[in-house]
Amino acid sequence: MAAPRVVIVGAGPAGVRCAQALVAAGWRPTVVDESRRDGGQIYRRQPEGFTRPARALYGSEAPKAQALHASFDALRPHIDHRSDTLAWHAQPGRLHVVHQGVADVIRWDALVICTGATDRLMPVPGWQLAGCYSLGAAQVALKSQACAVGERLVFAGSGPLLYLVAAQHVKAGAKVAAVLDTAPWQASLRALPDMAARPGVLLKGLGLLATLARHRVPVHRGVRLMAIDGEANTGVHGIRFSTPDGQAHTLACDAVAMGHHLRAESQLADLSGCAFQFDEAAQQWLPQADADGRSSVTGVYLAGDGLRLQGADAAEAAGRLAALAVLQDLGHPVDDGERQRLRDELAVMARFHQGLATAFPWPAEAAAKLSDDTVVCRCEGITAGQLRDTVRGRGACELNRVKAFSRLGMGRCQGRYCGLAGAEVIAHATGLPVADIGRLRAQGPLKPIGMAVQPAPLPTTTTHTAHQEPSA
Amino acid sequence: MSPMKADVIVLGGGFMGAATAFFLRQRGRSVILLERGRVGQQASGTNFGNVRRQARHLLQLPLANRSRALWGRLPQLIGEDLEFMPSGHLRLVYDPQRVAMLEQHARGCAEHGLPLQLFSQAALRKRFPYLGPDVLAGSYSPEDGHANPRLAAPGFARAAARLGAHVIEQAEVSHAAKVGEDFEVHTTDGRVFAAPALQVSVGAWAQRFAQAFGEPVDMSTHGPQMGVTEPVPYGLIEVLGASSERVEEILYLRQIPRGNIIFGGGPRGPASIETNRAAYVPDRLFNQVQQLQRLVPALGALQVIRTWSGVEGYLPDDRPVMGPSATTPGLFYAFGFCGHGFQLGPGVGDVMAELIDRGHTTTPIEPFLMQRFAEVGQGGNQTTVAAR
Repeated sequence: MAAPRVVIVGAGPAGVRCAQALVAAGWRPTVVDESRRDGGQIYRRQPEGFTRPARALYGSEAPKAQALHASFDALRPHIDHRSDTLAWHAQPGRLHVVHQGVADVIRWDALVICTGATDRLMPVPGWQLAGCYSLGAAQVALKSQACAVGERLVFAGSGPLLYLVAAQHVKAGAKVAAVLDTAPWQASLRALPDMAARPGVLLKGLGLLATLARHRVPVHRGVRLMAIDGEANTGVHGIRFSTPDGQAHTLACDAVAMGHHLRAESQLADLSGCAFQFDEAAQQWLPQADADGRSSVTGVYLAGDGLRLQGADAAEAAGRLAALAVLQDLGHPVDDGERQRLRDELAVMARFHQGLATAFPWPAEAAAKLSDDTVVCRCEGITAGQLRDTVRGRGACELNRVKAFSRLGMGRCQGRYCGLAGAEVIAHATGLPVADIGRLRAQGPLKPIGMAVQPAPLPTTTTHTAHQEPSA
Repeated sequence: MSPMKADVIVLGGGFMGAATAFFLRQRGRSVILLERGRVGQQASGTNFGNVRRQARHLLQLPLANRSRALWGRLPQLIGEDLEFMPSGHLRLVYDPQRVAMLEQHARGCAEHGLPLQLFSQAALRKRFPYLGPDVLAGSYSPEDGHANPRLAAPGFARAAARLGAHVIEQAEVSHAAKVGEDFEVHTTDGRVFAAPALQVSVGAWAQRFAQAFGEPVDMSTHGPQMGVTEPVPYGLIEVLGASSERVEEILYLRQIPRGNIIFGGGPRGPASIETNRAAYVPDRLFNQVQQLQRLVPALGALQVIRTWSGVEGYLPDDRPVMGPSATTPGLFYAFGFCGHGFQLGPGVGDVMAELIDRGHTTTPIEPFLMQRFAEVGQGGNQTTVAAR
């Protein structure tokens, strides 16, 4: 019997550890990744020829990043690595990919989806101006190209990434005008008991604060973001916010990087037919899976932030755990002890991340307060007022219905950046809980795909027919 | 539980049901419209949005003409325009043998009051310089155009509701039967509705009801393969449709003022009346983008951002079922529009309302009567029937 065909999507912490466990069992998985190099978002590798030291790129996480990269380099001869390759659609047993304009179909016996997460964004009036970035985008510019997105930066939003990215910029020599956190100090105190589950990580977080303090970066907590000011042709000039004492502030800046923790990149799971459930802690719909990452669809597995938003360390454990599930389900013996150890590890991570959710809550109420002329969907230029009109004028109270009537989420990003905030606007306008508003159904292609796309010449290397009976 | 009563119950809040409800209210008839999910959510909301009369079977032209006149009365008719644009429709051929077909079709359309303009390759090149070199000839219908299917059925349903129709969404029918003079309709959540007239306009799901009323039809379900590009400056005014004997060469596209180019065509995809879903088949993209560039080479630089499909019902002779039941007085059908019902929507609603209200219609619909399948099967219980 030929070794089962396992396809892993994503070469971040989850994908790499999954591949490693499969290779250790003597299998040769295919690893599909959109980036040119491995590492995912968190441990993104700089392009070949760039020589900044790991410590500068990854700070306190440098040893983990280097360990992951070393593991992947050792795996290379034993895997089919499809880098710079977009998984653009999925069917049962078939993954549709495109690499440099050439499409291919990779057949699988097991599919492990390790697609990670992107920034969760809450609109601020003016956020459509040039000079507004997600935290992740600012980080990509810094890690991959050693560029800051502006000369005088403001980091706004909430969540651990806010402080991490701000501190990374400060260390790289960028001028950071302020860090504006919508979460109040008191929330952090409430979260301490859960966050104490991982004292080391908690300490690293305090270290980020110390870095910011050392560089005299003002950190405001419990703020309300009022507006990003600027002009269409010159971009961002400044940001306005109010502090808990009710005072209004204005800061000059030429770039704002924003985000409120993360949203799972779950479209591939959706196209694969996986069932979803609303996660109260994360305040978003996430794919369903058992403790080891088995989705509701036979043969489809999930690991990492694309399943549960628990960060890179959890993703490494979840990737291994998903590999064990694949091995077991396809008839390969697995180590029960290791499986239990990984499950225990993940339980600690889960508690810590519950703490993070308490410390840095998603400011759902901000959506209710958005003025009618605030743009919610940046791709299509759809305002909060237009969304409210679909509720009041057209009776829409479900997100896909709102999409059909208003074009929310119909642009290039396919709702990645507006879907969650749009749901909050609709929830407030209808008076329904946001879970009842639903989630945007994924539609292929997962990302825009060029018209010049060509199907791969047949036969492809991945659609072996050697074991098939000759047909009459 | 005493039933909620009206003159007419319309089953199905697709374009046909919503438009029928609207025109019945215009005629002063009380209406209950029952929709399993949300109005216009299935084929009515997922199709291409062609408001096209040319390239139809000539038998359909009186109905299509009546419908086109109603499209022209938007937004006055229902209070919104459904983004209808009488932009012109251009039907194009690659095969020299189909040029004669275009000419013959133009003569037939002219007899039905639809003037078409024929274009040679040279004339096409001059008037529509964006077309690719493979295009040999074309037929232009200046008064045809396109509209937004996502808005159409909801727009008619809201207008019907404003006129007093009871539009009830999330009302899944479990059981429909004729009890004495009235039809009784039960929903899965226990509600009961009654009326002396019942219209079945539930698209691809109609065979269950037709079967229950003793009129089995051989329906199949398919999904159109739809896609849309990123937006680019608006400039492609006409709706384009490539006509061919080869299904792979069939492709239609339109640009909306927002700038996106919406396209569809080629072999249809799978659709299910069990899951209520239809799939876009990823492998179809390659042929579609190839055919798009063949038709309009400049589109080759664009990116496709989204694809979709919808559950459409087809009859074996590629014609809809429309008109009164042959077995059950008071029962009417309007379903199975075989992937070409969008343009007909307002006309079907108007004709069905006339038929239900007056007992006859001035628009010939004989080719679409359920009766044509009468020899296919007999039986069924006319007085107590289960619809599912």
